[in-house]
Amino acid sequence: MDRRTFLALAAAVSASPLCAQAQTNAAVRIGLSPVFLDDQLSFLNDWRDYLQGRIGRAVRFVQRGSYREIMDMLLEQKLDFAWICGYPYVRHKAKLRLMAVPVSDGRPQYRSYLIVPASDRQTGSILDLRGKVFAYSDPDSNSGFLYPRYALMQLKENPDRFFAKTFFTWAHRKIVEAVGSNLAQGGAVDSYVWETLQIYHPELTVRTRIVEKSPYFGHTPVVAREGVTRTEFDSMQEALLGMSQSIAGQDLLKRLNLDGFVSGEDSLFDGIARMMRALNGRS
Amino acid sequence: MLRLHDLSFRYKIPLRGSVLVLITALMVTASLIFREYDELRQDLATTSGHLGRVLANTLVAPLVHDDPWRAYEIINSPFHGGAQAANPQTASMVMVLDANQRVFVATDPNQYPMLSDPARANSDFYELWQAVAKSSEPDTRAVEVKGSETIYMVTPVISDGYRLGTLIMGYSKNAFLPRFFGIAKRAGLITVAVLLLLLPASWYWAQRFAKPLVDLSQSMGRIGVEIPAEAEIKIYESKDEIGQLGAAFKGMLQGLRDKQALEREVMVSERLAAVGRLASGVAHEINNPLGGMLNAISTYRRHGNDDPLAARTLSLVERGLVQIKDTVSALLVESKVQSHFLTRQDIEDTHTLVQTDANRKQVRFDWRNGIDETLPLPSTLVRQVLINLMLNAIQAAPTEGAVACTVERSGQALRVQVGNNGDYIPQERMEHLFEPFSSQREDGHGLGLWVTYQIVHQLGGDIVAESVPDETRFTVTLPLTEAAA
Repeated sequence: MDRRTFLALAAAVSASPLCAQAQTNAAVRIGLSPVFLDDQLSFLNDWRDYLQGRIGRAVRFVQRGSYREIMDMLLEQKLDFAWICGYPYVRHKAKLRLMAVPVSDGRPQYRSYLIVPASDRQTGSILDLRGKVFAYSDPDSNSGFLYPRYALMQLKENPDRFFAKTFFTWAHRKIVEAVGSNLAQGGAVDSYVWETLQIYHPELTVRTRIVEKSPYFGHTPVVAREGVTRTEFDSMQEALLGMSQSIAGQDLLKRLNLDGFVSGEDSLFDGIARMMRALNGRS
Repeated sequence: MLRLHDLSFRYKIPLRGSVLVLITALMVTASLIFREYDELRQDLATTSGHLGRVLANTLVAPLVHDDPWRAYEIINSPFHGGAQAANPQTASMVMVLDANQRVFVATDPNQYPMLSDPARANSDFYELWQAVAKSSEPDTRAVEVKGSETIYMVTPVISDGYRLGTLIMGYSKNAFLPRFFGIAKRAGLITVAVLLLLLPASWYWAQRFAKPLVDLSQSMGRIGVEIPAEAEIKIYESKDEIGQLGAAFKGMLQGLRDKQALEREVMVSERLAAVGRLASGVAHEINNPLGGMLNAISTYRRHGNDDPLAARTLSLVERGLVQIKDTVSALLVESKVQSHFLTRQDIEDTHTLVQTDANRKQVRFDWRNGIDETLPLPSTLVRQVLINLMLNAIQAAPTEGAVACTVERSGQALRVQVGNNGDYIPQERMEHLFEPFSSQREDGHGLGLWVTYQIVHQLGGDIVAESVPDETRFTVTLPLTEAAA
């Protein structure tokens, strides 16, 4: 081992765990889930800088492969805030506090799209997908799992047996890819993600066709774990809601394809709660 | 084929050279392509074997967890470099089969949908099954299905000894083609360059090689009735086989020429001999009655009357008979005439005799008499020969021309050379030169050379006439033998 390698290693060792620990303690930890296009790392960097500037504290984004991991960390208080789906919010409402709801297309609501490959010209409703391969996004997703199963149940179908095979892609964007490549003959996707992809990656959405659009549900909420101080909650809420007021914030919102964040009403999620109860009642 | 066979060496050699170059280029290209194919297959086996093991290990979890999307992302990862069509080392298709040989996931879900039987989409799989079923080792195996455009790399996905499924990677053989075309194109270009270099060289070489042969064959073609003269024949000078052939050809031509000359000489002398026999026969036959007739006239004159008409008539007849006698006696060369041996003075006399004619024509007369002793030759005949030749030479020489005469002893022979610088005698006249009445001159009876020839031959000698422009020369050689004496 030469001197240069040794120095480089020493620097790496000193830079990582201990220093990171110190920073983590001080930082606000925000969990992100694939309810939006969370794979744009340069955007996340800019957004974090913006939030740090607004709340005057270090911000650390935490990303995981599934909704459940983020939820678990949130419930275990390893995260302070998280942008999650309405469905887990409804399930764990008691331990969470609604802080903000995104506004897209002028309303704090979104829908679930039933999509099929663009080459499929026949399918007119979910019933035409009987015996096909269907892609869900995440078992904790409303638009990508709960709603399509609820819809099938409403049609007197057993969602567990209706399709020949189902699988999870763990992200809405990948639902579009899976259906677009014909790997799945159908999929349920977050309307906000589909519309955003339509803008930034039209080559993906052009390979899919929207067959059905669900009723509106409360948009994917940003929540705080229990035990977050009022000051912390307020400063973070103010930072999010104030994004539409500043030019830098508007620029970030544009990249998110959002109009802004609003504080939101708990009743927005009543629809999801109803579906959840209906499905739980069935099983 | 026959036409090619009949071609001149000038074209055959460069053509054969080009064919050789082409064959070499084809062989080299074929072996290069073959080697490239072999190497590509080797490389493919190595890289895909490696990739297959990595992918198969990574696919264990998605297969256990029934997570097709994860598996789809894994098998698609080798494609994410882009431009895979140009690289034959990139799979054209990757597929994961589950334990029941159904499609778990494939890179092309349109052709191989999930849960489907891949053999329904591609009959290659019927044959592939056996290889798939047999391969229980965790290594990647290459399977080539007969008549298929694809080479399949089959890797079982095994976890803890349990076979979860099978990874199949397809590599299109067509992807090899651009490389083969590239090699063939490069080889073609090099071949063209080599041909461009070699063709002029082999053309030049062929010209050099073929030229002596062509010359020789043209020379041979010219041999007909006439043998071409030495100067007209172009022969390649060398010690190699063609040079030897040329030398042999030259020798043969010389032989032919000698033979032809000999034949001509024999013919001429035979003809002259026949003419001589005829002439002397006729002369003898005429001579006897002629003598009688002249005698009769002489007798009549002595005893006859004085009839003036008869006298005039007889005189006319006698003149005619005398002229006939002169001619006949000229034809009747009599070698048996008694005469003394030849002395130097005999020869000098002939010079004096022709001097008048020479002076009249103002020719320069170069006279050389090399004889000091008495030679055993009949002086009368030799003098007649000398006078005949010298008078002819003076006659033939132009005014103020030149005549040369040399008389000398050459070994056991007397040699006489008489030359002049008059018009030369053309070849066609040369053959009939010594025949009687062949002269085209106005004066003289045309028997001079004939008589000379007859005398020389009766003395066992030899006369040769040579005529080139500006010099005509007669050489007489008379042997000095004791018999002749």
